[in-house]
Amino acid sequence: MKKTRSFFMVPYLAWIILFVIAPLILILYQSLTNNQGQWTLQNFQTYATSWTYLKMTLNSFWYALLITAVTLLISYPTAYILSKMKRQQLWLLLIILPTWINLLLKTYAFIGLLSRTGTVNQFLAFIGIGPRQLLFSDFSFLLVASYIEIPFMILPIYNAIVQLDPALVNASRDLGATNFQTFTKVVFPLTISGVKAGIQAVFIPSLSLFMITRLIGGNRVITLGTAIEEHFLTTMNWGMGSTIGVVLIVMMFIMMMLTNDRKKKRQEVLPNEEKTN
Amino acid sequence: MQKPIIELKKITKRYDDGFTALENINMTIEPGKFYSLLGPSGSGKTTILRIIAGFTDATEGDVVFEGNKINALPANQRKVNTVFQNYALFPHMDVFENVAFGLTLKKMPKQEIRKRVLNALKVVQLPDYANREISELSGGQQQRVAIARAIVNEPKVLLLDEPLSALDMKLRKDMQYELRELQQRLKITFIFVTHDQEEALAMSDEIFVMNDGQVLQSGTPVDIYDEPINHFVANFIGESNILPGKMLKDFEVQFVGKSFECADAGMRPNEKVEVVLRPEDLDITTPEQGKLVVKVDTQLFRGDHFEIVGYDEDGNEWLIHSTNPVKDGKQIGLTFEPEDIHVMRFGEKEADFDARLEQYEED
Ligand SMILES: Nc1ncnc2c1ncn2[C@@H]1O[C@H](COP(=O)(O)OP(=O)(O)OP(=O)(O)O)[C@@H](O)[C@H]1O
Ligand SMILES: [Mg+2]
Repeated sequence: MKKTRSFFMVPYLAWIILFVIAPLILILYQSLTNNQGQWTLQNFQTYATSWTYLKMTLNSFWYALLITAVTLLISYPTAYILSKMKRQQLWLLLIILPTWINLLLKTYAFIGLLSRTGTVNQFLAFIGIGPRQLLFSDFSFLLVASYIEIPFMILPIYNAIVQLDPALVNASRDLGATNFQTFTKVVFPLTISGVKAGIQAVFIPSLSLFMITRLIGGNRVITLGTAIEEHFLTTMNWGMGSTIGVVLIVMMFIMMMLTNDRKKKRQEVLPNEEKTN
Repeated sequence: MQKPIIELKKITKRYDDGFTALENINMTIEPGKFYSLLGPSGSGKTTILRIIAGFTDATEGDVVFEGNKINALPANQRKVNTVFQNYALFPHMDVFENVAFGLTLKKMPKQEIRKRVLNALKVVQLPDYANREISELSGGQQQRVAIARAIVNEPKVLLLDEPLSALDMKLRKDMQYELRELQQRLKITFIFVTHDQEEALAMSDEIFVMNDGQVLQSGTPVDIYDEPINHFVANFIGESNILPGKMLKDFEVQFVGKSFECADAGMRPNEKVEVVLRPEDLDITTPEQGKLVVKVDTQLFRGDHFEIVGYDEDGNEWLIHSTNPVKDGKQIGLTFEPEDIHVMRFGEKEADFDARLEQYEED
């Protein structure tokens, strides 16, 4: 029994070692050595003392936060409405469908839409307020990034809402709660796990977006993702690229820890007196 | 008769799949009384509560609360609270927060909420569980928290959907007393769903016996027990001996080939009927003095009585309750009074049944 189980673990373990552990070790090694292969903290020092890198880090964080906030604001109501609709499977499919299309293709499609001669500008010209510069702006970057991330936010939230026992909503209404109170006191707290999963699925990839920053943001938006690409492909400074990679990984872990469902153990509500006074 | 607090008028409920869960339900609920809905699984008891509470709409018919039609009134504005069959406790709140939920919404002072919640928990015998998480409770404890969460609001009408089903016998009895006491003290109208006929008989002012989405009979526990309208009700409420018979004329019925004096009338001569004799109404005597003679087959000691099964010469099974044991295999005589015989017509509707009873009981 034990034996067979460990046998089935082999491919999984091999995968993890080859594609997760080994790259992590390589990145760490690259970041901690210089060109001559000597151990050094030089790269981290450069990173920590450079205003450019710090700005990039903050920039990445800020845009990832914005993208997450925008997708969350759109996705929660969408998922909620979806869970109340007939033919949910069909709507769900329509939401998942875009994720099957290659990211690069979608990005190019947006270039087509947003360029000076694109469909949107044709329309703006038609109603007399165009054409305008849409591409290569913060707005277009946010728009496209959010569009791409939205399905990954909707799905976990939708799953959480569907799993919510409708009797709990009835119970809340029965006890006198309005729709809004039911939402804030029962529905949202009980679907927060879906929201957290969605945040993880959106925030972490958003930290290291580089293709969209380049193609849609027109390098006006510089993030850690862009910097890594630059270091590996253009300046060939692998050590520095790896260092930023390590920073990104650390940020991801922090994010995971913040959004993970810890088994809450609240302090006693009773008979603690001042809480009830 | 008091002004009714709730009336259901010609309620029919058809679900989306075309299934008719309730058909032409009429109920009049008076304030301060204890009503039971009694019926087998799937008979539509929960559906009635859901319609009264406002969780689902009736397909046809009206729900009237204190004289006003409330078909369209949302659940949170109805002055009823529900104890749910599956408890429906909020898993992200502890016991205290669950019970306090309704009072918190009413913006009651914290001190007052605390007092009432702890009191409600005392009523359901869980005074020390305020800080427990719901996941840390047993099924029976969860059920009692669900009761506390509803009663703490002191609503005008409390709907209880099998609120004691998960409790052991002793706790169940205790809670029956607690609920009945609470109901009478606060004059809350209870609509109490149960499959347990003993519970319904013991606690209710009035019982609705349901089957297949219809109310077969309603009345006081004594009325329903003594004068069940048909085979189903007689079988479902208490234990009974039910035999085919023939109404020879008013106050004379024939069964097991003999004719007996009885207390029923108002039927066609020689009408085919069913006869009910309750096991505790049968008295054991010698075979010579008995109106019937049966041979004892088995007997079980039930604590406060013996349950005896015997067969008469035609092979009909007889269930007898007796305080004294008898010998297995022995022939015994059975006697009963004319009032102990209850005659039921086939397919008689409740209105006709009541009218007939009224008519001959007067003179
Ligand atoms: N949403 C629904 N769609 C279709 N049929 C339903 C639905 N809800 C309930 N029913 C059906 O309606 C009938 C009555 O259900 P209800 O829950 O009222 O029964 P009940 O008397 O409370 O039974 P129990 O004692 O088992 O709780 C059942 O046959 C059930 O299958
Ligand atoms: Mg039910």
